[in-house]
Amino acid sequence: MSEDGRPPGAPLLEIAGLDVFYGDFQALFGVSMSVPRGGATALVGANGAGKTTLLRTIAGAQPPACGFVRYDGADITAAPPHRRIARGIAVVPEGRRLFPSLTVQENIQVGAVAAASGAWPLERIYDAFPMIARRRGQRAFTLSGGEQQAVAIARALAAGPSLLLLDEISLGLAPLVVEDLYGTLAGLRSAGATLVIVEQDLRRAMDACDHLVCLLEGRVALAAPVADVSRDQVIAAYFGEGRP
Amino acid sequence: MRRPAVFRAAEPLATVAVSRWSRTASAFTAVCVVVVAALAVVPYVIGGPAEQPLITLFTFIAMASLWNLLAGFSGLTSFGQNAFIGIGAYALYVVALHGVNPFAGIILAAIAAAVVSLPVSALVLRLSGGYFAVATLVVAAVFQIIATLSPSVGGTTGVSVPGLAGYADVLREALTYWATLAVAVASVAGVYLLVRRTFGLDARAVGSDPVAAASSGVRVGRIRLLAYVAAAGGTGAVGALIALQTLYVEPTSVFSIQYSVYMLFMVLVGGMATIEGPVVGALVLFLLQETLSAYGAWYLVIVGGLAVAATLVASRGIWGFVGERLGWSLLPVGYRVRGPAPGAPDPPATSRADPNKS
Amino acid sequence: MNWVNAVIQGMLLGGQYALIACGLSLAFGVMRIVNLAHGDLAVCGAYLGLVLSSVLGVPVWVTLPLLLPAAFVAGAALQVLLFGRALRHGVLAPVLVTFGLSVMIENLLQVAATSDPRGLNGGALTLASFHITAGITVSWLFLTAFLTACAVLSCLQVLLSRTSWGRKVRATADDLDTARLVGIRVRPVFATVAGIAVATAALAGVFIGTIGTFDPQAGTNTLIFAFEAVVIGGIGSLWGTLVGGVALGVTQVVVGEVNQAYAVLAVHLLFLAVLTIRPGGLFTSHQAAAEVRARGVPG
Repeated sequence: MSEDGRPPGAPLLEIAGLDVFYGDFQALFGVSMSVPRGGATALVGANGAGKTTLLRTIAGAQPPACGFVRYDGADITAAPPHRRIARGIAVVPEGRRLFPSLTVQENIQVGAVAAASGAWPLERIYDAFPMIARRRGQRAFTLSGGEQQAVAIARALAAGPSLLLLDEISLGLAPLVVEDLYGTLAGLRSAGATLVIVEQDLRRAMDACDHLVCLLEGRVALAAPVADVSRDQVIAAYFGEGRP
Repeated sequence: MRRPAVFRAAEPLATVAVSRWSRTASAFTAVCVVVVAALAVVPYVIGGPAEQPLITLFTFIAMASLWNLLAGFSGLTSFGQNAFIGIGAYALYVVALHGVNPFAGIILAAIAAAVVSLPVSALVLRLSGGYFAVATLVVAAVFQIIATLSPSVGGTTGVSVPGLAGYADVLREALTYWATLAVAVASVAGVYLLVRRTFGLDARAVGSDPVAAASSGVRVGRIRLLAYVAAAGGTGAVGALIALQTLYVEPTSVFSIQYSVYMLFMVLVGGMATIEGPVVGALVLFLLQETLSAYGAWYLVIVGGLAVAATLVASRGIWGFVGERLGWSLLPVGYRVRGPAPGAPDPPATSRADPNKS
Repeated sequence: MNWVNAVIQGMLLGGQYALIACGLSLAFGVMRIVNLAHGDLAVCGAYLGLVLSSVLGVPVWVTLPLLLPAAFVAGAALQVLLFGRALRHGVLAPVLVTFGLSVMIENLLQVAATSDPRGLNGGALTLASFHITAGITVSWLFLTAFLTACAVLSCLQVLLSRTSWGRKVRATADDLDTARLVGIRVRPVFATVAGIAVATAALAGVFIGTIGTFDPQAGTNTLIFAFEAVVIGGIGSLWGTLVGGVALGVTQVVVGEVNQAYAVLAVHLLFLAVLTIRPGGLFTSHQAAAEVRARGVPG
């Protein structure tokens, strides 16, 4: 929780009017979103809807053509990734993207190069992820899918973030493994982290999160607290039915 | 339940036209024909003093166009094309030695260079980018060493081109002039015609992204091979011309890497991946050489420096910049989509919500 | 005709090739740039050594504490001002820019120093040698060059595997995009790597200049040999460049014993043979082998 006297309801992350282009191709159209402090926001949508683009824009890898990104009250629209990480944003990229020639431990250490805080030293990370602690000296690519995903999350945690962005962590993993990972995420939430989770599995997304944003072809089709929407409404927004 | 898709009867698509030619292009082609005809009569009208510089210019134009085919259109940055200049020069010597008319020998030299390029391509085309570039340097070095070690072609000392003693100087110069003009025109026209075919589109796809091109069905290996062999053959012809111009073939000069430097400069400064660009670049290099060659090594420093600057600052080259500004495409290789053709019916007003329209 | 001596001399010569090659390999592995001016930068190192040792009146080794940092700074500057900008203009731009730079350097050296071959003052080290057996003489200079190469490679290996900087470099080499995402500042990484590459090149240039002669045009051949060592040893492997260098050196000296005129040609042919049979090189890293396959021509 923020200690600077800001009202607890003020959003940690605020996005307004984001337009993002890949060359001539427009991926996001005026996307606006607000992520409350300590909350978990699910970001859903079909493939190509712009979820990863949005996450990358928040992380600083993709500069928007217009719009702004505000974090903890400060405008970070033009800030490069390392500055955003230093402020407390960390991302677990889609497809894990571990560094193949680095060991598990080195992957995690590299995540701390621009750390915002020392809240997650190596020991604490290994406590939270005992399965990878055993393999800390192995090259990252020799681990199973679930373990690699854990390493990717650990790498992001090493930066001591307040806002964690997770992109499709359940892809290609067995349900039990995903269960484990989401268990860890719940633990992170109770430790005070704010989460934005891109997730294909709608049930999981709505179970784990208290807020939901649905993207369709680069635009926000639905943004509401999970408690206020039904699954059918989300599906309708997901597929774009009922559009004029 | 989702609403089923509704398909309407196809509406007439008279709204866009794709063109590959233009009136400007027709006019320019006519101008080109006139210019070439005028150049062809220069030996009769003006004679000696005008021929020499024009020969240099035509040689530059040919080299530049061919290198553009390789690097500009197909993404193959070879700095070893000087290998084929040398091979072409030596091939001319060999055929002239066997009694073939040296001017007719130019074609044989081109064929020889193309044939040699086949096994070479099997080695170097496995690579791309910087690795390809250095591999071509190695190949050029190998050929130079082979020539130096071959006493039958004069070794380090070199040989003079036989078969030209029978020509009076004036006639020989004029014939060399016409031969160079012919090779220059053939190079520009040849590259142009090649690039206007599907090859051009395929080559540019390969040059930008070979993996994407391959997954779109482009035969990447074939395209690169065709570009490499065609450029080698043409460059071989240029090598033969150089032998005819200098009358002497010697390893360090015909295999000189300076040729590669010139090719790089002309295409970068003139404009990659356009037909007009290399010609413009050749003109610029020619003017630079006329004004600066007195300054020795500084001349090359400037040439190198301008090439670097062109890559970083004006990556489309002079022609790319000018052509874009003026909207000219004198020798178009692309596809232009034009708005509604005149006289086409207005598109029908959309009636109800149609899920097929975005 | 002493084959053993030839092989030993070749191995020692290979150390010099490894020294010139390791910077090229590092730069390519991390930044994906083949610096076509690398050989010319080595020659610049030799000329700088010449100037410094003449001005100060000392053997060139004494100038190294001045020369190497200067080369490092030059490399970092070139990266920031030139190569980094080139990378933003597409895949071919660095190739074109480094070739243009090579032309500029060679001709600037020509203007400044004329094409007379030069040699460096190596002091007492140049003349000293010792005998292992009756037939085998080893010059201290050659041995020093070889040991220096091994020392440099070891240092680089340690730096890469045990330091935080090394982790950043390896991560950047693996995946530039993700490296940025996790907060690695890529520009300083590139600048330091380029600095090291040019510093090792300059050091190699000093050895080459002391052992033989050099002139402004020597850069191209130096580049070719460095490149060949990298390819034979394996892209992405530092110690592979030592293997590659030794392969080149041994071939050159052994063939040279038979017929000096064919020595260099034999080296080039060895390179072309490896390129045909095992384009990934002898010691490719897992990552680099996959890249070579991907980089090759599909279909």
